This record gives sequence, C-alpha cells and structure tokens, in this order.
Amino acid sequence: MTASLRIGFIPLVDAAALIVAVDKGFAREEGLDVSLVREVSWSNVRDKLNIGLFDAAHLLAPVAIASSLGLGHIKVPIAAPFNLGLNGNAITVSPALHAAIMAEIDGERLDPMATSAALARVVARRKKNGVEPLTFGMTFPFSTHNYQLRFWMAAGGVDPDEDVRLVVLPPPYMVDSLASGQVDAFCVGAPWNSVAVDLGVGCILHFVSDILVRAAEKVLAVRQSWSEQNADVLGALIRSTSRAAEFIEQPENRAEAAKILAQADRIGVDAEVIQRTLDGRLKISPDGTMRQSGRYLLVGREGAGRPEPVQAAWLYAQMVRWGQTAYSAEALKAAMAVFRPDLYDAALGRRGKSAEAPDTIGAFAGPPFNPEDIASHLAAFAIGRRKS
Amino acid sequence: MSAESSPKIVIVDESPIRAAILEEGLREAGYTGVVRISEMQSLLAQIFALDPDVILIDLENPSRDVLEQMFQVSRAVRRPIAMFVDQSDAASIQASVDAGVSAYIVDGLKKERIKPILDLCISRFNAFAKLQDELDRAKSALEDRKVIDRAKGILMKVKGLTEEEAYVLLRSTAMREKKKISEIAQSILTASEMLK
Repeated sequence: MTASLRIGFIPLVDAAALIVAVDKGFAREEGLDVSLVREVSWSNVRDKLNIGLFDAAHLLAPVAIASSLGLGHIKVPIAAPFNLGLNGNAITVSPALHAAIMAEIDGERLDPMATSAALARVVARRKKNGVEPLTFGMTFPFSTHNYQLRFWMAAGGVDPDEDVRLVVLPPPYMVDSLASGQVDAFCVGAPWNSVAVDLGVGCILHFVSDILVRAAEKVLAVRQSWSEQNADVLGALIRSTSRAAEFIEQPENRAEAAKILAQADRIGVDAEVIQRTLDGRLKISPDGTMRQSGRYLLVGREGAGRPEPVQAAWLYAQMVRWGQTAYSAEALKAAMAVFRPDLYDAALGRRGKSAEAPDTIGAFAGPPFNPEDIASHLAAFAIGRRKS
Repeated sequence: MSAESSPKIVIVDESPIRAAILEEGLREAGYTGVVRISEMQSLLAQIFALDPDVILIDLENPSRDVLEQMFQVSRAVRRPIAMFVDQSDAASIQASVDAGVSAYIVDGLKKERIKPILDLCISRFNAFAKLQDELDRAKSALEDRKVIDRAKGILMKVKGLTEEEAYVLLRSTAMREKKKISEIAQSILTASEMLK
C-alpha cells in the first residue's frame, strides 16, 4: 500500500508529532507518501481540509468541533482520531502589566486565582482612572487560547467581553504587537511566548497547565467521510504519528526532534527554543528566571495521544458559556463524537483507555467538570454570555 | 452609480501590485466603491470604519484569522458572513481557494450580486499568479545567463578558447551529461571556486 496524502499544518511546536512522523520516515515505513503543507492561518487550514485540498490537518481542537457543528462557517463533520498535544500554551504579559499584577497580588505568583484577582484590581483601577481597557491577544475565536484566557480572568471577576478587549492576532504577529503596545498580553502556543521573553518584551505569567491540568490543544483532523472511506490509510497515519510522539518524548531524542522541527520549511525557529518547549524548561522573565514543569506540553506521554470525548465536551461548554452557540443535547453529543478514541484504539491495537489517562480537565476554579450536566455546571460561574 | 448598484468593496492585500490589478479590474467592471488596505495593524478597526459590503483577502495573509473575529463581535456595525457559507456552490469555493482569494460578504447582499465579483477576483488572482510566474522565470533566465557568461570566461582563460569555442564546449558537455547548460556552467564556477 502506498497512499499519497497532503497534510496542512501551522508552524507551532505542537505540530511536532506530525512533522517528525514525516521527516523521520515513520510515515513512509507505514506506506504513506505525505506532503506537509505549511499554512499561515487557521481559516486556511480549516477551509482546505473542508473542501478536500488537504486529506488531514494539524487543527485547533475547538475548530474541529465548530466545523462539525457548523459554527462560524460551513458545516463539515470532522473526525479527530489523534490528539497532537495537551496543554502547551502560556499567558505572556508585558513587563508593565506584570509589574502591575505583582503589585496587587495576594498569594503565590503561580496561583492563577491570585493573579486573576490581582488582574481584576488592576482593571478596576484603570477603569476608575479613565485609562483605556487592557487588550489581550489570542489566536482564533474558536481556540483553546480564547477559552483559557476567558476562564482565567473571569474566575477573578474580570468580564472578558466588558472589562477588557480580546482580539485575534496571528501568532507570528503576537510578539511585535506586545512590543509596540498594541496588546498588553496574549495567550499563544510555543514558541511565541519564549520569543517574547528572549526579546525582553514579555514575562510568562502562566503556563495553561496552571489553569487546566489537562487540556486538549491540537488534534489530527480528517473529514469524517474521508475517515470512513480511507480506514486503512488513517490507521497507518495514526500509527506513524503515535510512534513519532513516543520518539519525541524520549529525552535522548529531543535534540534530534528539535533539529527536525527547526527547519525553515517546518517551524523555522531556533532548535534551542523548540527543545526548551519540549523539555518544559522555559525562561519566563527577561531577567533570566527559569521555570520547569512536567505539564507544559504533553506530546504523547500520560496517554496524551488518545482523544478523550470529555475534552470535546469541555470545549463545547466554553462555546456555550461565551455565547458562541446555544446549548443543545444533540450538539453536545455531536461535539463529543468528534473525538474518536475508537479509531485510535483500532489503529494501535489497544482497547479501552489506559490507566494513566485520567478522565479529567482539572480546572483551578469552579466545580469539577461534568459533561452529563453542562447547564448546571455553567450555572456555577458568575460571568458568561449564555444564550437561552 | 448609486450605492445600491455598486457595493463597497475592501481589498485586504499586502501585495500592492496584486491589489492594484484587482482594483482596476473591479473598476473596469463598474464597481466604483473599492478601497485597499495594506496595513495590517488594527485591521478590524479599519474595516469597521469603512463598513464595507464585501471584503476580499488573499489566502497567504495571516490576518485572515483576524477577520474571523467579525463573526463573533456582537458590537460590530453589521455582521459579515463568509462567502463559503453557501454550501451549494462547491465549484466556486474550490476555484477561489485554488486562486488564493477569500471573500467575506456582509449579510444582506444577494448571492447573484456576489458571483460576478468573486469570478472577477478569481480571474485577476490567476492572472497575477501567471505574471508572477513569468517574472520568476525571466529572473531565473537572467541568472542563468550570468552564470554561463562567467563559466565561459573561466574556460576562455584556462583553456585558451574563444568565446564561441567555450560555449560549444559547454553545450556539448550539457548534451552528453543530459543536463542544462546553466547546470554545467554552475559546476565550473563551483569547481573553480574550490581550486582557487
């Protein structure tokens, strides 16, 4: 079997498993001839996947769900049989905003409840003094970054639609926009947080793993109809991507993986910055302060590759909370059906979920997530834009 | 032409030449309300200020994702809808993505009035791509000629040949090796560089 595939990706570190699967020859060993196509916007990746110019794509998990539900764009059911990464984003703030938050903080600086409450005080003071609201950059309306920023700031009492401005910025423009003062903070994936810190224009305030212990980030996405017509090819793609994820997670392979990812037609940034991300060892302040975390970006370890429908349910609940759609039991079911552990298990010959993959979101605020009762779960949060 | 018959069209394109070609085409076709945006900073604010009926953006522009936010902002003056919302016209979607252009249409503009605008964009984008291609080819031909001239110079000097003889030697070698003359010339330059 030799199958030719065109797969779209955005140059971010969480495309690692896909890129290594191709460039390390794992895909070829599975009989796949893959052309990776580097894209500039999530809209392009979504559209080219939807109309069949791509067979598969590295895609924001919420975009896969939105596409399947027909939110914001045409409705094309998507299947996500492999999770390319858990966590991996960070919130970076300008040195000025960092100083303002630290001046107000009551508690540990890595405690998101303490920083969120401090942000609320900074926001209130600015409002009282008639200063322009703070502006936060994120990558896409249907993005984990959007929901993570909102979840964090709302916990401390900041209404993301009323008290601050949230704007979409393409990741490569984030750092410049922070430097020029166009935004005061942003939430984005690697390597852009590190780039801002290295240039001295930002401080990493939080890894998203401070906010959510386990958050589905990017998925390997295919059209559902394609997954049915090309089951063998998809199985081969899942196996080679899974093998790449395992390869990347071996510390002795990290340098080689970082070198592959650093190539100009792949992610195209310094291999050293990429390796820091994979190692979860990041410089968080221009003064050189380092932070090490075993939860920064998970590519394959702790069962990260297996898509968990509860993650899709949590993302759908955020769409409902922020008024992107009205709740319906049917839509919830459709959203959860986007994540396909059955295809993952079939391809890898595994059955049921592994013991090391807990069925949890682990948010720092609010009651534990319950996909069975999203309405009462969301009722526990004071700030939101729910449509009835 | 009244505002009713000529919708306001915004072109978002960082390539000034392509934007000009597109604008000219639209004007020739009678669309008088055309504005170009080439500065991506505060793109949304610029668009809200212009309040267009149609927004055209090239697919190589990362700021396309910024436009997607227009679907979310309830405060926006008018809510645009994406060209692709109409799922019936798959061929038109395919043609526009192939050409590299995407259109966003403000709600309320009738579909039959959009079709000619998009068709025109597609043909202008394709014409631009062809132009670019020809330009690239002309550039590379010029590069080739420079390389060949330098290789001839080296052969003339080292082997005491005339220009004509140097060229014949290059050409016959290329034919024998089944390579382009410029490739043989390049290897002469590389070798001569190494033997310096």
